[in-house]
Amino acid sequence: MKLLFEKSVPGRRCTMLPECDVPVVTPSEHHTRNIELRLPELAETDIARHYSALERRAHGVNNGFYPLGSCTMKYNPRINEAVASLPGFSQIHPLQPDNTAQGSLEVMYLANQYLGELTGMDEMSFQPAAGAHGELTCIMLFKRYHEAMGHTERKKIIIPDSAHGTNPATAVMCGMKVINIPSGEDGCVDLDKLRSVVGEDTAGLMLTNPNTLGIFEKDILEITKIVHDAGGLVFYDGANLNPIMGVIRPGDMGFDCVHLNLHKTFSTPHGGGGPGSGAIGCKKFLTPYLPKPRIKEKDGIYSRDFHGPQSIGKVKSFYGNFLITLRALTYVVTLGREGITQSAKNAVLNANYMMKRLGECYEIINKGICMHEFVITMEKEAKEYGVTAMDIAKALIDRGIHPPTMYFPLIVQEALMVEPTETEGKETLDEAADILIEIYKKGIAHPEEIHGLPKTTPIGRPDELKAARHPILRYVRE
Amino acid sequence: MNNPEHLKYSKSHEWVEFLDETTARVGITDFAQNSLGGLVFVNLPEEEDDITAGESLGDVESVKAVSDIISPISGKVAKINEDLLDEPEKINEDPYGAWFVEVSEISEIDELLDAKEYEAFCKEEE
Repeated sequence: MKLLFEKSVPGRRCTMLPECDVPVVTPSEHHTRNIELRLPELAETDIARHYSALERRAHGVNNGFYPLGSCTMKYNPRINEAVASLPGFSQIHPLQPDNTAQGSLEVMYLANQYLGELTGMDEMSFQPAAGAHGELTCIMLFKRYHEAMGHTERKKIIIPDSAHGTNPATAVMCGMKVINIPSGEDGCVDLDKLRSVVGEDTAGLMLTNPNTLGIFEKDILEITKIVHDAGGLVFYDGANLNPIMGVIRPGDMGFDCVHLNLHKTFSTPHGGGGPGSGAIGCKKFLTPYLPKPRIKEKDGIYSRDFHGPQSIGKVKSFYGNFLITLRALTYVVTLGREGITQSAKNAVLNANYMMKRLGECYEIINKGICMHEFVITMEKEAKEYGVTAMDIAKALIDRGIHPPTMYFPLIVQEALMVEPTETEGKETLDEAADILIEIYKKGIAHPEEIHGLPKTTPIGRPDELKAARHPILRYVRE
Repeated sequence: MNNPEHLKYSKSHEWVEFLDETTARVGITDFAQNSLGGLVFVNLPEEEDDITAGESLGDVESVKAVSDIISPISGKVAKINEDLLDEPEKINEDPYGAWFVEVSEISEIDELLDAKEYEAFCKEEE
């Protein structure tokens, strides 16, 4: 497929600007470009067709089943878009005075209240632009808190080996040292190991619950107590909030700080580089360190409070991706208290239904009931037949299903991590399970055939190794 | 499996070549590179860094995952193999030639296996 730059024809235009009705000013030489500005020159039809062609080559949640584990690819309700398109929200500027943007400030205030209540946190901030950014902001709060308490020696962050890779990356970015603890036999945090690593240098623990195997950490109260008793803080990675929202709250489990991926759990657009939102929330004792401005309300008047001598400062221009916060609030208000809880329960039900069906031939890591996701291992099949997790994933693409998350969590060999989400009906789950079982049986019977899939896609199997070793990241015009 | 006789091996799949009593080179084994698959990135310590037996001295990244390299010895990093930073594929092509670090002032050595014991250990792992 040609790039827009390659389709460019000199002199072609898609807009006709009106006659200039103001005096023409020539900027000084100092401010003038000395090389030609290279932009593609195209007609509007060319552009529209180009993007439609790109869309046909992509797979989104509107195209088909998308069980990408740990990513919560739920359907994005149209009402979110309708609300976000209202001119009162879409035609404002973040530099407008507060008294001319009361509705938007009220949105942020309500989102703060509702999401704070759902997570058991006292105050939220919607500044962080995406999940990893939210994690980073939370650990910056921890760091600032320990500094304020005079405990600059608290520099170690404990992270289980099943964690998302962004957890250790966040800790290192904050100047912390990562202490990795192996999971126990049951896939959960090993309490004795945790006890043996906490101490006077512990800054905190980063944990997602349910964990990346889709197992609920049943000892969560003991886990948070061990860290608190040692003087550390506990961060809740919101990646896996979906199966527990409206059922139990991280704040009640002993977490001090949470981050939420509004683009996962709260049905805002997801993937393709965003915009996302990594909203964070914290307990009262951490609120002085939150990014500023904070949204305040007094006698029904909303304002942005830029005063915050202990704040970590701004982490994003203006107030994050506001229209994403608005979509998340729309979702919460649409579902209501009962709907949110029902959604979480359906996510768990769907995952368990699918796990049970796939257990017919696939080896499932989870023993007993899973939460919103479960993990398959193809370790045995890879050794005996040469049929890997990659083969199953590639074969699924031909059948119009997005592959599950692969080779994660790292503690499982040849992993496939399946998260159906609550927005799929039984028919979709049955169809996907039938296809997965059929692919498995065919793959085992004819390994050489499955290695050649997919066949219906614009490209087959790209050379991942070469792409990683020698990435071509820039288009250079000849 | 071809594991040279003159090297020592750790259970976390690193090899050690003792140059003399207090200096040694460390790399990862053929078994390790084979299980990791094609490597695309290497993180090495800096020269003069202290490294500790049983702790990570760096990491390697494959298409699938990032894995720590666990140091089998304690000491000071005398040299690092900078070639690996540009060409991590050398580890896949020649695991016993592609040393990661040269360690001097060795103060502690983990329990290490000889080639035969290591081969038996790998068989169990499979």
